[in-house]
Amino acid sequence: MADFNPIHLWKRFLALPNEDLGKTLVFAFLVTFVASVIVSVAAVTLTPFYQQNLDRERQARMEEMVASLSVMSDILSELKIDDFDVRIVDLSSGTFAKDIDPTSYNQREAARDPKQSLSLPRDSDTAGIRQRANFAPVYILRRDQALELIVFPVRGVGYQSMLYAFLALEADANTIAGLSFYEQGETPGVGARITEPDWQAHWPGKTLADENGDIRISVVRGRGQGRFEVDGISGATRTGNGVSNMLHFWLGDFGFGPFLKRIQAGEIRL
Amino acid sequence: MKQAYAHLTDPLIKANPITLHILGICSALAVTTSVSTALTMSAALTVVLVLSSAMISAIRHHMPTAIRLIVQITIIASLVIVMDLFLRAFAFEMSKRLSIFVGLIVTNCLVLGRAEAFARRNPVWPSVLDALGNGLGYSIVLLTVGTIRELFGVGTLLGYEILPLVENGGWFRPMHVMLLAPSAFFIVGFLVWVIRSLRPEQAETPEFRILSHDETAQS
Repeated sequence: MADFNPIHLWKRFLALPNEDLGKTLVFAFLVTFVASVIVSVAAVTLTPFYQQNLDRERQARMEEMVASLSVMSDILSELKIDDFDVRIVDLSSGTFAKDIDPTSYNQREAARDPKQSLSLPRDSDTAGIRQRANFAPVYILRRDQALELIVFPVRGVGYQSMLYAFLALEADANTIAGLSFYEQGETPGVGARITEPDWQAHWPGKTLADENGDIRISVVRGRGQGRFEVDGISGATRTGNGVSNMLHFWLGDFGFGPFLKRIQAGEIRL
Repeated sequence: MKQAYAHLTDPLIKANPITLHILGICSALAVTTSVSTALTMSAALTVVLVLSSAMISAIRHHMPTAIRLIVQITIIASLVIVMDLFLRAFAFEMSKRLSIFVGLIVTNCLVLGRAEAFARRNPVWPSVLDALGNGLGYSIVLLTVGTIRELFGVGTLLGYEILPLVENGGWFRPMHVMLLAPSAFFIVGFLVWVIRSLRPEQAETPEFRILSHDETAQS
């Protein structure tokens, strides 16, 4: 007569020798099960706090970048970050999407939702992001009614992590006013130096596209020459390439390209 | 009782994991540029070490021999993930400064070393004491190195100015070498030298002897 009393079964299991294959398998299962429960519970309960920290960080970076842009320093005193005009752009048509509330739109969540995003063809996905949300926010900053800055959120794969940055353009939509990374996981001391002000100071004044409209901006190895090249960080060539590819993607046809063309053609007045 | 007490106090100096066993050096170099990072790292490692030793010791009689190391690493890795998430949630700035080194506690030889050498052969309570002692021994070295590096590297301790810097109108010119990894090597080496001079029994017997000129002439 088989004994199905769980306590007896458990005792029989424990009494097995430690070399027993069955015991090894059951033990491995139990350990991984308990470990995964602990990790899952911790992840579910702690991630909201982490997310809050990240949001705060993003906000701080945004303010930091605005503060560091020289053109802004004199009007900063009367201008608060809330005075940013946030508009949502339909990336495929390059026009403003009127029926989306900018305050509640979350680009990152949209990029994960197949209904709200586009699965990128592999050869066009230079940024390595795979899914691109259909809509993206742009931040528009005016001074005395005149357009001062347009700020775009961009992201792309660097050497070992996803890089998140804000790209600020001047009113001609072709001159860079600043590039600020607010989230990345590159190698500390090497690729992670993209977040340092010293390196970010190379960007203001550089030009995105030449007279024919081709995107030329890139991070080069060593010293950058001319208005399209930015100094690379030694030892971080792949992070630099990732930054270049990211900008090419987001300024290209699948990114803000159509929107930028409309601005330059005067079809959209900001 | 006396023996239990020894589990706790021995690893502080006498059998210190860093200066005697030379374990956990990697993080000792990386996170000791300031006292606050050294303190956080020490606390994180001590918590992981104590919990993992307790868990491994609790299941030691039923640990299948074939997958012993994998089971130990699984337990340690889960605890490290939880610790990493915890720091990211409640000490975000600090977790950014420690970057990957919290995650690397998994591969810190100290944790697996204590699990292998002690926790899997001893009851729970001595294992906890041993883990706590080793965690504190690690912390002592990290804090010593961190204090020296922060004090001479930037003239502050825990961010408070101790030595007024020249650039702020004081007299102290910071030693930038202190902020580089080699300085931690020198300081740890110096600590090993001092401790082994005071406690000659710690010095290993040499594996070979260098002959003097006279001896080589004779042979």
